[in-house]
Amino acid sequence: MANLTLIQAVNDGLRTVMKADDSVVVFGEDVGPKGGVFLATEGLTADFGDSRCFDTPLSEDGIIGTAVGMAMNGLRPVAEIQFQDFIFPAFDQIVSEAAKLRYRSGGQYTAPMVIRTPYGGGIRGGLYHSQSGEAYFAHTAGLKVVIPSTPHDAKGLLIASIQDPDPVLFMEPKALYRSVKGEVPEGEYTVDLSTLRTVRQGGDVTIYCYGAMVPVVERAAAQAAEQRGIECLVVDLRTLMPLDEEGVLEAAKQTGRVVVVHEAPRFCGYGAEISALIAEHCIEYMEAPVRRVTGFDTPFPNTLEHHYLPDDRRVLDAIESVYDF
Amino acid sequence: MTDMLTVLAPDGATKKGFEADLSDAELLHCYRTMLLVRSFDEICLKLQRAGRIGFSIPNLGIEATQVGAASALRKSDWIFPSYRDFGMALYHGIPAVEMMHNMFGNAEDSAKGRQMPVHFSFVEPIHFYSISSPIGTHLPHAVGAAHASKLRGEDTVHLVSFGDGGTSSLGFHSGMNFAAVWKSPVVFLCQNNGYAISCPSDHQTASDGYAVKAEAYGMPHATVDGNDLFAVRQAVLEAAERARRGEGPTLIEAVTFRMGGHSTSDDPTKYVPAELVEEWKQKDPVDRFRRFLERKGLLTPEQDEAMRADTLAEIDRAAKAAEATAAPGLETIFSDVFAEVPNHIRKQGEFLFDLSQRRGEADAGDGEFPL
Repeated sequence: MANLTLIQAVNDGLRTVMKADDSVVVFGEDVGPKGGVFLATEGLTADFGDSRCFDTPLSEDGIIGTAVGMAMNGLRPVAEIQFQDFIFPAFDQIVSEAAKLRYRSGGQYTAPMVIRTPYGGGIRGGLYHSQSGEAYFAHTAGLKVVIPSTPHDAKGLLIASIQDPDPVLFMEPKALYRSVKGEVPEGEYTVDLSTLRTVRQGGDVTIYCYGAMVPVVERAAAQAAEQRGIECLVVDLRTLMPLDEEGVLEAAKQTGRVVVVHEAPRFCGYGAEISALIAEHCIEYMEAPVRRVTGFDTPFPNTLEHHYLPDDRRVLDAIESVYDF
Repeated sequence: MTDMLTVLAPDGATKKGFEADLSDAELLHCYRTMLLVRSFDEICLKLQRAGRIGFSIPNLGIEATQVGAASALRKSDWIFPSYRDFGMALYHGIPAVEMMHNMFGNAEDSAKGRQMPVHFSFVEPIHFYSISSPIGTHLPHAVGAAHASKLRGEDTVHLVSFGDGGTSSLGFHSGMNFAAVWKSPVVFLCQNNGYAISCPSDHQTASDGYAVKAEAYGMPHATVDGNDLFAVRQAVLEAAERARRGEGPTLIEAVTFRMGGHSTSDDPTKYVPAELVEEWKQKDPVDRFRRFLERKGLLTPEQDEAMRADTLAEIDRAAKAAEATAAPGLETIFSDVFAEVPNHIRKQGEFLFDLSQRRGEADAGDGEFPL
């Protein structure tokens, strides 16, 4: 076991699979000698050579399009999109190509590839270095969407994603890159791509969250327990697609009071899917309406980003409102 | 590489027969603008290191490209800038304090504190188009705006500036192709500064420079010494005249060098060989222009010193004024999403005001920008 930050765990995960499997190649903008703008790929070119970890021209469309080609022809590409905000030139390649290749070829061609990309706010990145676009992608049939919140899960989910036979969008909460640390097993291990993680046990209110919102929710849950004696069941979804639907419903039934938290905008956000599942499958267990705590339905601001991002204050407000309903 | 136009030698001598088509006052304005850019960089670096602003983009080495290009434009022309084009705004009289408001993201910022620093947007005294972080997206915008000008029978020229990395973007292809087909009055200015963040040009393209790419689109092109203000000015003037005559777009490659990092968060020593920086220091665009002015008898070392002190003081005043300006109000999160605030966004705004009353304001935190 090593005590690593989330970004060190990503680097460790990449190294682990690159050592074990020669077909794994890592590429993107500035991932080579510079080691990526966040240093997720630091040292990989030096240690594995520039045929295993290399820089590309500045074209997200080119990065993802060539990854699809490599994937269909025996490589395991791990492509980095420098910021999730920059992924949209590649939207066509992801949504129309990578995600649909298996289906449209009747399984003759597949795209087992991973797109790693930092997402979310908290670094004063303004409109174009802060967005959370998971809903666009979770909506796309044929694409898996994974978001870790701990170093342990970052490594285990990343290895599972690279080994997965289908394309995976691996969204890394950049706000947690260096702010969380945890025990990470050495060597290869995987975390299942459709199992949620129970972060905190409690019988009063269920809170669903993922990525950078997990520590925010943990703080709010601790405050709710301390200030009001409200015990929250906190669930880290980890894989948005495929979703651990049974686990989600089970957690809702345990308390009958639900809060969903994400930093992406609310309208058609991932919280809407969770709310709908609960409404469809366990409304009879509900003691209060579902509350969503989300980013606002606006672009992401810069100076005022701390007002935009859900914080423990807003989560606590929602916990109390469903509890007191 | 293709023949490169150079007018001004590193020692300040000009090519035989060259006559600057700028008045003495205009020449000094060019020089002072380049010093303003240097002062802006210097002060922003200090502010960033002190944690008073989050981020800045250094321009060291690129000043002559910016100012030379800007000097070839009229106030009625439009500039579609990259994030490394400060000098074009300053040349045309956009006050440094307006730019500093953006660096601090305060209530006076034209973008209302929504954008990162250096993402300027101005409409006066020249159109300096709102900057987007995604690369190359503004090239088709310039072409569309130029097409609109052309349809209205105006003689407006639209200059769009981008880096070497930008030539790999989808926007480059679409923009170049549309402009050539439509004969749009656009000047494409590729600032080849050697690196796209850490990616050197030979990893960006296999072609012989960037200008030659124009041939495939059926567009004329020129390659100029980007550290030579006169060469850049001449190429942009010629391209702008062609555009005004209705003869369509031109691609200009200005060969220059980013002598600093990509941004204040970047460490270029990890990927730029030190000897390369040394080599380019010898071609410093500001020194070169200063020597020209000295030869011409327009500037003495004493006047130069005074001008440097003066530009530094101007930027310092601008920074202090911007820092003293309040942050934008909470309502700016919710306005300008649409022309009118829709009901669901209004409710979210009301919720935030109410929450701030009930539970206090959000913590500002200390998010640090890595790029």
